[in-house]
Amino acid sequence: MKIKNILVLLIVLLTTFGILLAVAELPPYGMDDNPIHNQVSERYINESLDDTGTLNMVTGIVFDYRAYDTMFETIVLFTATLAVVVTLKPFKKEEVDE
Amino acid sequence: MRDFIFKRIAAIIIPFICIYGFYVILHGASAAGGSFAGGIILGLAAIVFSTIYGLKKGKKKFPEKVLFCIESYGTLFYGIIGMIGIINGAPFLANKLAGIDLGIPGTLTSGGLIGLLGLGVGIRVANTLLILFFTMEGADS
Repeated sequence: MKIKNILVLLIVLLTTFGILLAVAELPPYGMDDNPIHNQVSERYINESLDDTGTLNMVTGIVFDYRAYDTMFETIVLFTATLAVVVTLKPFKKEEVDE
Repeated sequence: MRDFIFKRIAAIIIPFICIYGFYVILHGASAAGGSFAGGIILGLAAIVFSTIYGLKKGKKKFPEKVLFCIESYGTLFYGIIGMIGIINGAPFLANKLAGIDLGIPGTLTSGGLIGLLGLGVGIRVANTLLILFFTMEGADS
């Protein structure tokens, strides 16, 4: 039991070390030449009004550029509801007995 | 929660909550907000109704069959709207490419299909919230 605990601690420390190494590689926050400032965000900012006709850029991205994403997001909603209903809803047989 | 004051205040407030929810959904293309936030507001109006007036009345107003029907076929509605793009010779769910008039930015009908899709997703979110509420409320009884 004790050896197992020490092993778990070792694994946790190693994982933390790895994550911290990855964080140290990140570019500084808010700099101009970060990789996230590429042509995608530029295109969204400059041309979303012409492409989608919406003033709200978020709606334009969610329902036009990434409409597929939103479609399967509704399936995620369906799956979550399905899980809750299957877990918590009483069976038909019990409802008849009441 | 079957108090007289509660019921009268709810009767005054709930229509305004519903109007506000539809306002947020329909103005998703031109103002802040959107269908997810508006759907939450609509669902909360229904939850307030069934909390104050009792679960039985709430289930009578929103029958479970209808709720599960919307929940099951909601994504199909989304897909059917996406088919407009294919009919017009453009990719699935295309909006401007399919030759749909985008309207004047800032008005209610701007954005082509975005308004329809937003309305569908908003009703879907409200529906999901209501199903979760009914299921969890009826679980312990």
